[in-house]
Amino acid sequence: MTTATTDATTDASGEVRPAGTRVEVRAEGGWAAVCALSDLVPGRGVAALLPDGGQIAVFRDRAGRTYALGNRDPFTGAYVLSRGLLGSAGGRAFVASPLLKQRFDLTTGRCLDDDAVSVPVYAVRTR
Amino acid sequence: MPRTPRPTIVLVGHGMVGQRFLEELASREVTERARVVVLCEEPRPAYDRVRLTSYFSGRTPEELSLVGEGFMERHGVELRLGDPAVAIDREARTVTSRAGLEIGYDVLVLATGSYPFVPPVPGSDSTGCFVYRTVEDMLAIEEYARGSRTGTVVGGGLLGLEAAGALSGLGLETHIVEFNPRLMALQVDDGGGAALRRTVEGMGLTVHTGVGGEEITAGPDGAVTAMTLSDGSAIATDLVVFSAGVRPRDELARGCGLEVGERGGITVDERCRTADAAVYAVGECARTVDGRVYGLVAPGYEMARVAAETIAGETGGSGGTEGTDGTGASFTGADTSTKLKLLGVDVASFGDALGKAEGCLDVVYSDSRAGVYKKLVVASDGTLLGGVLVGDAEAYGTLRPLTGSVPPVAPERLVLPAGAGAPVALGPSALPDDAMVCGCHNVTKGAVRAAVTDHACTTVPEVKKCTKAGTGCGSCVKVLTRLVEDELEASGVTVDKGLCGCFAHTRGELYEIVRTRRLSTFAELLDGHGREEARGGEGCEVCKPAVASIIASLAPALGASGYVLDGEQAALQDTNDHHLANIQRNGSYSVVPRVPGGEITPEKLIVIGEVARDFGLYTKITGGQRIDLFGARVDQLPAIWARLVAAGFESGHAYGKALRTVKSCVGQTWCRYGVQDSVRMAIDLELRYRGLRAPHKLKGAVSGCQRECAEARGKDFGVIATANGWNLYVGGNGGATPRHADLLAKDLSDAELVRLIDRFLMFYIRTADRLERTAAWLERIEGGLDHVRDVVVHDSLGLCAELEALMAGHVANYRDEWAETLGDPERLRRFVSFVNAPGAPDPSVRFVAEREQVRPDLTLLSGPDIPVRTLKALEGSAAR
Ligand code: SRM
Ligand SMILES: Cc1cc2nc3c(=O)[nH]c(=O)nc-3n(C[C@H](O)[C@H](O)[C@H](O)COP(=O)(O)OP(=O)(O)OC[C@H]3O[C@@H](n4cnc5c(N)ncnc54)[C@H](O)[C@@H]3O)c2cc1C
Ligand code: SF4
Ligand code: FES
Repeated sequence: MTTATTDATTDASGEVRPAGTRVEVRAEGGWAAVCALSDLVPGRGVAALLPDGGQIAVFRDRAGRTYALGNRDPFTGAYVLSRGLLGSAGGRAFVASPLLKQRFDLTTGRCLDDDAVSVPVYAVRTR
Repeated sequence: MPRTPRPTIVLVGHGMVGQRFLEELASREVTERARVVVLCEEPRPAYDRVRLTSYFSGRTPEELSLVGEGFMERHGVELRLGDPAVAIDREARTVTSRAGLEIGYDVLVLATGSYPFVPPVPGSDSTGCFVYRTVEDMLAIEEYARGSRTGTVVGGGLLGLEAAGALSGLGLETHIVEFNPRLMALQVDDGGGAALRRTVEGMGLTVHTGVGGEEITAGPDGAVTAMTLSDGSAIATDLVVFSAGVRPRDELARGCGLEVGERGGITVDERCRTADAAVYAVGECARTVDGRVYGLVAPGYEMARVAAETIAGETGGSGGTEGTDGTGASFTGADTSTKLKLLGVDVASFGDALGKAEGCLDVVYSDSRAGVYKKLVVASDGTLLGGVLVGDAEAYGTLRPLTGSVPPVAPERLVLPAGAGAPVALGPSALPDDAMVCGCHNVTKGAVRAAVTDHACTTVPEVKKCTKAGTGCGSCVKVLTRLVEDELEASGVTVDKGLCGCFAHTRGELYEIVRTRRLSTFAELLDGHGREEARGGEGCEVCKPAVASIIASLAPALGASGYVLDGEQAALQDTNDHHLANIQRNGSYSVVPRVPGGEITPEKLIVIGEVARDFGLYTKITGGQRIDLFGARVDQLPAIWARLVAAGFESGHAYGKALRTVKSCVGQTWCRYGVQDSVRMAIDLELRYRGLRAPHKLKGAVSGCQRECAEARGKDFGVIATANGWNLYVGGNGGATPRHADLLAKDLSDAELVRLIDRFLMFYIRTADRLERTAAWLERIEGGLDHVRDVVVHDSLGLCAELEALMAGHVANYRDEWAETLGDPERLRRFVSFVNAPGAPDPSVRFVAEREQVRPDLTLLSGPDIPVRTLKALEGSAAR
């Protein structure tokens, strides 16, 4: 089970982390706790609210790395990026918008299908 | 102070050509060396005027924008929206804007476009009279049409027809008044005009040709009530759109003493420069060296390129060598061939369409019943000079590039419909290298080939990116695709048929690997069989759902979980499968309970009504004989489904590449013609195949007699009753490329019918490509229908037992996904709006009222949060 609430989560990489591990995102100069690492299914994302009401999408890839982007899909205006599928191309992880499938690099926020478009990126850490 | 002061370039007019000019400057890095100021009259930045009418089919003004996000900021362009230029002082080299700004320029570029010509008809200034040129015009027409019943378009040319289509689409009874004796007089001849007229009239529009509007009558409130025509008759009308041609906007040029043509248009040389070396004119406002004013966007783009190239050369940039004559860029004339879809009718004209050349001959094919008219104009030596195609413009892509040469086959063969006589395989291979493939971007066949051979492009998208071909109106994409494939194959490159960047196998091959190796996870498949560089990676949005579907359809045989969201499968599914609902444009979801065969009890109808009412959902009867409930937030889905499941409903799999519906007609039970119980059979089939995952969605239908009220031949499997049993048809499709299903077997008993469908579906699932419906699959696989019949009816591959066993496994293991989900708190965890605020509804999902129900509040989506790109434009549009 991937959405386990059991004691520990096993990453695809085989690494075992204590269930208490929290995912934090840098916002407004500080670190905001978002969820437990075990809330993140490898290969998928969740949406989270920032203290200022903004929405972010937090992801975890198969290797266990975490990322955070703005949740708003700039092509449609809908707040849905958290519901996209993750993928990788040339070693870089991306999320494909669930609406019109444009892909966004998870580390830079750049749209891989339109150089002129990007979404904000947030620093994430687990501790 | 910089030592070399930066030159200032002022652009007046930010329309289609203006924006292209800015892009051409930016790509030559002129924007880095020069200050660029743009005076834009309209309240929004440049947008796609050519697609203006698509506003009425749901495209928002923001979607029409031509300005990439951040473009102005990145290139430091100063865009002044809603502030037109009002005067030019060429002595002082300044432009004055309406807001009173005076800007000094080194280079001035006029791209002011055209204005719609309104004939001097008395009353043409009444309320309810419009022109058709800008987004603002569309908004005004839409608003006014709400209170109108009848609309009249003055002008039956290209734009007039487009405007008429829009009015008719807005629900108005529509008239077209054309002064010439035929529609589209400039592009087509009498025969083409007649074919067009018949088709337009067939759509319920009224056409008046050979008459002009004489006078417009207004009521006491100043609003239009009628139009009198030159033959004395009158049309009662509430709304009038003038579309009687355009005139170049050359008033600024006249005002500062620049030369304009007799019929308007700022006179420029082949560099698009006026007699004043510091002033250029491009696009529809320019009168070019051939003495013409071009009303099409492609020539305008070419002018933008030429002007930018020249200016880049002068400002000492990468565009060219120093001096005025350093570059070869010039504009001496352009092709005015067009292919359009007006009111759903294909219309194309190219070359000397009207046959004006001395001694030319016609080859005409005309079928008035089908509304098809095709004419080729040829010289006495056989050279193709031009042509007109109405109703069927399929051949445009190959004919236009052949213009000016002697076609390799007799011209009459080129206009005969497919199927008449021997087919003409006049593929792109017959084209010469200098043939123009993409008219929008002036790309020749040679350039496309070079993209493959010299620039190592291996896919159509790469070639599009490299050459820009196919990125305009899109009419050349078919020819382009064939050219690229031919070229790849000719250069010995094996065209990569792999599923995606992660797998070199096709979907069919992956299915075989999964089946024979008994793999039940994506990770095993990717890490063991993926492309070298993709192993250990994430997969991608293409292969993940495809593999999930393969595993799901083989689950019983693999011993894998049949629940599509278990374990790793959860990460593979598209959001629709992931939430067991269909995502909508504002991030809300739709809910579709299964209604097998379209049969439903009053009690169940009441439950659907109550659920919709209690959750505020929009309800609509679908084209698949069931009811769709729209506007559920992700966190509401479980509660909605709890009510539905309790009432005996189950998932309709509207979200899955799976069986959708098996439609039925009422059949023998009630209908006086019916010969079998079509409803019962449809219900049986729908329940048998529900939940079956496939390469694409699957649909079926059962009709009770040959009258075919269930439209079974438009389905992947269609069953039609006969006096002796059932006829089974396969490979039908609606959608964009409709196809009638082919007869697979006749007069089957119930059991024979089910067995054949079992085999057929499983064979399709095993061998089809990703997102390949049965129709496309049947067309593609070697041997076609005959082969499929051999396999599934005559068991030529000895597969049938296995196919049947797989289906039996599916049927035995089927469980309702929603009931399973509701029963498991773990599985319900994904249905929250926010991981850190599960109870908080997503504030971005909001609705407004319309026709007594809700619809997404789209202003919210395009609203305050949009970054940089159109902030200013939004101020403009928010004001309305
Ligand atoms: C709701 C409905 C329209 C309606 O209001 O009537 C509908 C809505 C959608 N259709 Fe449809 N189609 C609906 C009946 C049809 C029909 C009519 C029919 O089934 O008899 C057709 C033509 C028949 C056919 O499929 O051959 C049809 C041909 C398509 C196509 C083109 C398929 C093709 O092979 O060319 C697509 C696009 C696709 O699947 O790639 C599509 C896709 C869609 C999608 C899934 C687009 C999307 O991804 O958002 C729409 C989502 C529905 C939702 O969110 O719930 N829909 N669609 C109909 C739902 C029927 C149902 O009860 O499940
Ligand atoms: C409904 C419709 C459908 C069409 N379909 C097609 C088609 O299918 N194929 C095709 O090739 N062409 C089509 N066209 C024509 C095409 O849109 C034009 O050829 C193209 O827009 C010309 O570009 P432009 O930049 O020269 O002019 P425009 O796009 O008209 O831009 C000129 C801009 O300059 C502004 N302006 C004018 N004066 C001033 C001033 N003094 N100061 C500041 N700004 C000013 C105007 O407000 C306008 O925004 C269509 C046009 C319409 C209206
Ligand atoms: S298909 Fe035949 S049986 Fe069915 S409703 Fe139509 S006429 Fe009646
Ligand atoms: S011809 Fe219009 S995009 Fe190629």
